[in-house]
Amino acid sequence: MTAAIDVKDLTRRFGSFTAVDSISFDVRQGEVFGFLGANGAGKTTATKMLIGLLAPTSGQASVAGFDVSTRADDVRRHIGYMSQRFSLYEDLTVRENITLYGGIYGLTDAEIRDRGEALIRELHLESSSAERVESLPLGWKQKLAFSVAMLHQPAVVFLDEPTGGVDPITRRQFWEMIYTVAERGTTVFVTTHYLDEAEYCDRISIMVDGRIAAMGTPIEVKQKFGAATLDEVFVRLVRPAGTQTPQHT
Amino acid sequence: MTDQPVQRSGSPLEVRGISRRFEETVALADVSFDVKAGELFGLVGPDGAGKTTLFRILTTLLVPDSGSAKVLGLDVVRDLWAIRARVGYMPGRFSLYPDLSVEENLSFFASVFGTSIDEGRAIIAPIYQQIEPFKDRRAGALSGGMKQKLALCCALVHRPEILFLDEPTTGVDAVSRREFWDLLGTLKASGLPILASTAYMDEATRCDRVALIQQGHVLAVDPPAAIAARYPHPLIAVHANERHKLIQALRDYPHAKSVYPFGDEIHYSDARTGIAPDNIVQELRAYLTGRGFTDVRANSIPAGVEDAFMELMGQPEPVVKVAA
Repeated sequence: MTAAIDVKDLTRRFGSFTAVDSISFDVRQGEVFGFLGANGAGKTTATKMLIGLLAPTSGQASVAGFDVSTRADDVRRHIGYMSQRFSLYEDLTVRENITLYGGIYGLTDAEIRDRGEALIRELHLESSSAERVESLPLGWKQKLAFSVAMLHQPAVVFLDEPTGGVDPITRRQFWEMIYTVAERGTTVFVTTHYLDEAEYCDRISIMVDGRIAAMGTPIEVKQKFGAATLDEVFVRLVRPAGTQTPQHT
Repeated sequence: MTDQPVQRSGSPLEVRGISRRFEETVALADVSFDVKAGELFGLVGPDGAGKTTLFRILTTLLVPDSGSAKVLGLDVVRDLWAIRARVGYMPGRFSLYPDLSVEENLSFFASVFGTSIDEGRAIIAPIYQQIEPFKDRRAGALSGGMKQKLALCCALVHRPEILFLDEPTTGVDAVSRREFWDLLGTLKASGLPILASTAYMDEATRCDRVALIQQGHVLAVDPPAAIAARYPHPLIAVHANERHKLIQALRDYPHAKSVYPFGDEIHYSDARTGIAPDNIVQELRAYLTGRGFTDVRANSIPAGVEDAFMELMGQPEPVVKVAA
């Protein structure tokens, strides 16, 4: 069985600037993989290549068994994606969003109805299904957006800072949803600025200046750096001793 | 805008019973607190708690439905023009001109307030020196952390007497967040009162006092250590390798009040009163060993602000509404 995400020497340059510099890693099916790094380290560029929105300059990557360079359409059909910024249409109702995305993903009317009902039940949104999404608290929007991104039962789901600004209880409920979909076999690729959340991942990588500077289980990464917390590892990688100001902007 | 300290009797910020609705949604409900002279005060709560609405009221951009607020002794409704000249405000959304350079943005904000970069240099120097190497770069091409520093300079260049910062560290990585709070500590040391909001619970400890806010309601106002110290239950940090099973096992324990993951540990609070935490630790170890865990570590710990926040907020409601 091939890995759910398989990345080899993936590189992207913009003019003379190398945003992603020959990164390699793989993520197995059902794994929760945390993709960490400072602002500007290259996370967004790498993620755009993996979801088929940006062509690599060199190297290869396959997602859900499809090459991101040659089979980008197939990649996009087999992944789910949600970000903090864009997820749902605010002026459509909960149910309208489900119907819209179900249609975009090519589900049948019966599938949209059945999966939509199950989704609304699981999220306890029965009394709010006719409400416009803008009236939901952020945490509920994010849980709904995640469920909608899973509507077509993708092999891999990409979550870009899904819990930014979410209250601490809902943030933890969100992570229980992540575990649930991972247990059902979906691979989860997640970025976050909360380093306590990095501890909840099966494995993490930390990007610095376009390269992967650390990778492994949270325990392995901490041991390798002789650090008590991932926060400590992060600080050491992002601001090597003696540098007061950022190395890049 | 004056070099002379302004004489006034009260605190630089007094918020009294502020309420504000948007149609049927309650954004702020009877919010009251003070920011004292020289204080770094944190408004801590998730998105949608009402933080931005409060900032807009305090900076005279929005009128409250009821209640009142005084900024530097001036009324936010009646004295709006006087307030605007004397406060520094960094809105939550990036508010600079992306096509202007770093230096041009700063000159622009200085000129709007009838001053110049040179006149404001003393106060912005510790921050500006970090972005000065990039002063000719377009603001839109700066990294997240650098944009925040420039926005802070622009909010300070007219030498305000109080500073309002709406989520200055949102979307900024952990290291840049820490450096930004270090800068606020430097500013506070110069005597400038600061009201800063954040959704990151860990940032509460960087403030002298905080107001915890959720769904428009203030849950607590105090120094962060005092809020944490009032946590009402025995709290135990539990660690085992199979964390997902551990969470389930702890939730099944008959005396569990709450079970929440915190980094690589689980925080377990006990519903019983009058029982020594060390006894609970012993009980939990025995219980978990009986459930087949072989590598359990459990210790009684003091609560943090995040534990306290979750205790105070209870379960969130799916939709926030009031009767029409």
